[in-house]
Amino acid sequence: MGADGSPAAQTFEGRQEMTSAALTSAVAKLRESGAVMRMTEEASQQVQETFDGDPTGDERMIMNMGPQHPSTHGVLRLMLELEGETVLRVKPVIGYLHTGMEWTGEELTYLQGPTNVTRMDYASPIFNELVFCLTVEKLLGVEVPERATWIRMLMAELNRMASHLLFMATNGMDLGAVSMMLYGWREREEVLRFFEMVTGLRMNHNYIRCGGVAADLPDGWRDHVLRLLDMIPPRLDEYDTLMTGQPIWRDRLQGVGAITAEECVALGVTGPILRSTGYAWDLRRDDPYLAYDEVDFDVVVGTYGDCFDRYAIRLNEIRESIRIVRQVLDKMPKGDYRVQDRKVTPPPRARIDESMEALIHHFKIFTEGFKVPEGEAYCAVESPRGELGCYIVSDGSSHPYRMHIRAPSFVNLQSLPHMMHGGLIADGVAVISSVDPIMGEVDR
Amino acid sequence: MAKEGGLLDEGLEGLNHNFLTGQLENLIKWARYRSVFPATFGLACCAIEMMAAGGPHYDLARFGMEVFRASPRQADLMIVAGRVSQKMAPVLRQIYDQMVEPKWVISMGVCASSGGMFNNYALVQGVDQVVPVDVYAPGCPPGPETLMHAIMTLHEKIKDGELTKRRGAGKGAGLVIEQRDGQTGGGRGLEQPVLLSRS
Ligand code: SF4
Repeated sequence: MGADGSPAAQTFEGRQEMTSAALTSAVAKLRESGAVMRMTEEASQQVQETFDGDPTGDERMIMNMGPQHPSTHGVLRLMLELEGETVLRVKPVIGYLHTGMEWTGEELTYLQGPTNVTRMDYASPIFNELVFCLTVEKLLGVEVPERATWIRMLMAELNRMASHLLFMATNGMDLGAVSMMLYGWREREEVLRFFEMVTGLRMNHNYIRCGGVAADLPDGWRDHVLRLLDMIPPRLDEYDTLMTGQPIWRDRLQGVGAITAEECVALGVTGPILRSTGYAWDLRRDDPYLAYDEVDFDVVVGTYGDCFDRYAIRLNEIRESIRIVRQVLDKMPKGDYRVQDRKVTPPPRARIDESMEALIHHFKIFTEGFKVPEGEAYCAVESPRGELGCYIVSDGSSHPYRMHIRAPSFVNLQSLPHMMHGGLIADGVAVISSVDPIMGEVDR
Repeated sequence: MAKEGGLLDEGLEGLNHNFLTGQLENLIKWARYRSVFPATFGLACCAIEMMAAGGPHYDLARFGMEVFRASPRQADLMIVAGRVSQKMAPVLRQIYDQMVEPKWVISMGVCASSGGMFNNYALVQGVDQVVPVDVYAPGCPPGPETLMHAIMTLHEKIKDGELTKRRGAGKGAGLVIEQRDGQTGGGRGLEQPVLLSRS
């Protein structure tokens, strides 16, 4: 039975809730206790034997955490089997924020598409718009103007900073460093203020459009960015003083939730978690999109694959982003911010007052959208959480026939049972926090 | 501790502390709206803006509401921040039921209020189908300012409402929008015309 007395939710894959060890199949038990790689017979036997001891004893209990829990970052629900304080099995239950966005994306035209996808990963909306537009542009075969590419890079890197600052805030909060909640937000507000100036909104911008960006950068943007870039580095050093070198912080994070590169690859985990194992995989460098091959930056990697490495990587990625933004400022070219292809780009607002044709054209493109040639395409970008991919199948109409987003949070969440197995329950909070899942993206 | 002089002997003159008098009802309402503890009920994008409102720049502490309670039993206000899916709706209702009276609900964002841009199979088209809503905050996402406006509207509501009774069903917050033309602030002591007034 569910918690509210209703019958337990069930899918064709079986019950969603975790069942007691005696009722769970061997495969499910292994999965829930974090077995990733293929095991030898003995190893698997050993894992199973831990559950054969005394499954009904006093020490074992199955506990529910979430979906409304302050440290699950939204509506993640975890079911845990504990022995005393030690976590034996973990089963993440998702779907509490399922919004049907892929379905909605198939109802909306390509022009409206970014509005929809931007609401998936709401901590880094620019990346969602970016990957959607890159995919559509690949299908259309249009060449995006230089300036649009560089504006996109500027916004993407600033968004990465905002997202990682949010991580700093929530990670600190989860581990009891409550003042980080204030500091992280303080800096994030500064970045959001720039976004508001450029896009008109603090979040969910719908700024990147197919064929370019919605509007050119406003006057005074350069000074604003420069002020931001001067303000943030000293504050990052403050974080170092506050947390990085602090013994409590280190004790809470070091060696907690360790994972190896092989296990990450087997699970499809990407982003800071994969890099924390020492595997330098960053799509910006390994599969450059936009103009990332023209800027100079380092891929930050860790060594131990634990929560501390993941924290340190994100902190240093903010610094790398600052470095990239500085180069973008130097290299920002002049020119169009949107492709001059009248099929894709609506006429500018000023033209509508002058010409009837422009008005009709504007009306047409917003009601019917533009047609995209038949075919399929996949594009991926490095979002703050890992490889964010978009797969679109077009049947030649103005709506996608199928749109799928490969959400990094969704895939990364798979590593939870592995990282939490054998740890204490308080470490579990540190692990969830260090995965930095955004449930909007997990459930879509 | 009976003292020489004091209230009994000298009446009000005999008091040597500051004091307040008032109707009990007003005092209770004052106390209520000055410390509304919200339950953490962040669901989606709007939750980020709700956290921003609690952050240093917007500082909800000014309204006595910076303490987001993790346990619904300690909370008076549920800010439904984000989209409510069909799967989440029973959970939401359960948490609402666990909160003790008096309790209020703010529906934050168009998704919570009406399903927003996602008119599809997955979302509850308006959280008012599940719990009674007192104030709707519009926007996608509503900025922290909008949330604060909603909170202040709620404060007004608590101040003007009845002490022991919930407002009847179907009346909403009891707010109607009236014509601006030719109206004055009237008895409310405001210079500007009042746009929101009670029905
Ligand atoms: S109203 Fe907008 S910002 Fe709020 S949850 Fe819905 S989509 Fe997100």
